[in-house]
Amino acid sequence: MENRIRILLLTLALGMAGCSSLPWRDKPATGTATDATAVRSDSTGQASAKVSGGQVTGGAEGPAVIDPQVERREVRPARIDTENWEAGAYVGSLSVEDFEVNVVYGLRFAYHVNEDFFAEGIVGRTDAGLSSYERLSGSASLLTDSEREFTYYSLGFGWNALPGEVFLGGKRAMNSAVYLTLGVGGTRFAGGDRFTVTMGAGARVLVKDWLAAHLDVRDHVMEVDVVGSTKTTHNLEATLSLTAFF
Amino acid sequence: MRPFIACVLLACAGVAFAAAGDGLEVIVVDPYLELRTGPGRGYPIVQVVPRGETVRILKRRTDWFHIRDAAGREGWVHRSQIAETLVPAGARIEIDDPAREDFGAHRREVGLLAGDFGGANVITAYGAYAFNAHLSGEVAISQLLGSFSDGQIASLGLTHFFRPDWRIQPFASIGTGLIHVEPKSALVQAPDRTDQLAYVGGGVRAYLARRFILRAEYKNYVVFTDRDENEEANEWKIGFAFFF
Repeated sequence: MENRIRILLLTLALGMAGCSSLPWRDKPATGTATDATAVRSDSTGQASAKVSGGQVTGGAEGPAVIDPQVERREVRPARIDTENWEAGAYVGSLSVEDFEVNVVYGLRFAYHVNEDFFAEGIVGRTDAGLSSYERLSGSASLLTDSEREFTYYSLGFGWNALPGEVFLGGKRAMNSAVYLTLGVGGTRFAGGDRFTVTMGAGARVLVKDWLAAHLDVRDHVMEVDVVGSTKTTHNLEATLSLTAFF
Repeated sequence: MRPFIACVLLACAGVAFAAAGDGLEVIVVDPYLELRTGPGRGYPIVQVVPRGETVRILKRRTDWFHIRDAAGREGWVHRSQIAETLVPAGARIEIDDPAREDFGAHRREVGLLAGDFGGANVITAYGAYAFNAHLSGEVAISQLLGSFSDGQIASLGLTHFFRPDWRIQPFASIGTGLIHVEPKSALVQAPDRTDQLAYVGGGVRAYLARRFILRAEYKNYVVFTDRDENEEANEWKIGFAFFF
């Protein structure tokens, strides 16, 4: 069995190396990519001269009638400050199912892909309180202090469902959006890592062009086996955050 | 935790201020530029800037450009209109924008996948660097979250793309790495263990829009245990990635 896998891996490695040595970047304009760049650069006079200049000098047989002295223009993308990243911190309260509501702190990162969608990553921490069983029984403790630490992360996507503006008084308008998020991640709680699905909805108001205030509500759904049997728990969280675009 | 958050916020603010530069001057070529109140198609147009005027591009957010005209009026303009402007040298502005034709010729890719690893949930973050259009090296970190055990996988591999010019690109991959498994102590009395593994797999990646990729893959893992028999596991994952 092991030998077969080794042979398979080796064959694949050789195959890949072989195919990869095929030239591809130096290929003439056959692919859609090069066609598109030719069309694009054609519309500026200088660049179009560059393209045809390349062809004239490339196929020179005998004395050239026209010797184009066109300087190659280096095409450099314009330096524009892009602000697609967002980072910040949040504070709020998280209800750990069966273990009270507590203050939660966290960090949030987002990358805005277009005006509708963004990728989002969050990481947060809270300390779970006592379950009602522990409170009533008086002595028995289900979890140690370190097991009561509830740490989660989630990576996912958001959709700006309701973009708009918020009007404060008669003279101030601030851009805003109500968005929905869905992510997957892990939660470390009660002595184990648990696969977590995080669903949320939030509202973002841009206080300044680069500074946003958020109000988020999230539900962290996971399986927990602390109180008797394994069950799906919903851990609801409401937070306020400040993020900066950069 | 609190001082840490404060530091992060200050750092973010610092970055935001530092980024506020002078911007780039361009000349309007379209009949007019439409200035909106926000970076989105639904925001109202409140100003127009006619052809021939010079405007300054202050910043960009996704497909929208924040500009200021000579009279100091500001607004957001869509990429399609900015793409028709000229820089003072007379050449058309070059906007650094990945598109369909860049997919397959890109160098770097990062993504996030989720799925099933031999019955356990798996979340994977990966980064790839393309040596050429066909072959790229990949580094991946996975977290396994199962009912009986948790674990991590770190792996290093090679991926071969058969047709980098297609919109939907099939690929094959091989690699090796380490797996660390921690059985859940309450259920199984077994020690943690770290073993070497190797995988062979395949999948597809598809271009969605801008710099967005959808990726789905299958991997067959062999874990080289120090017991008599090696272990095999099948993994199925799907997720999103960006290229740049």
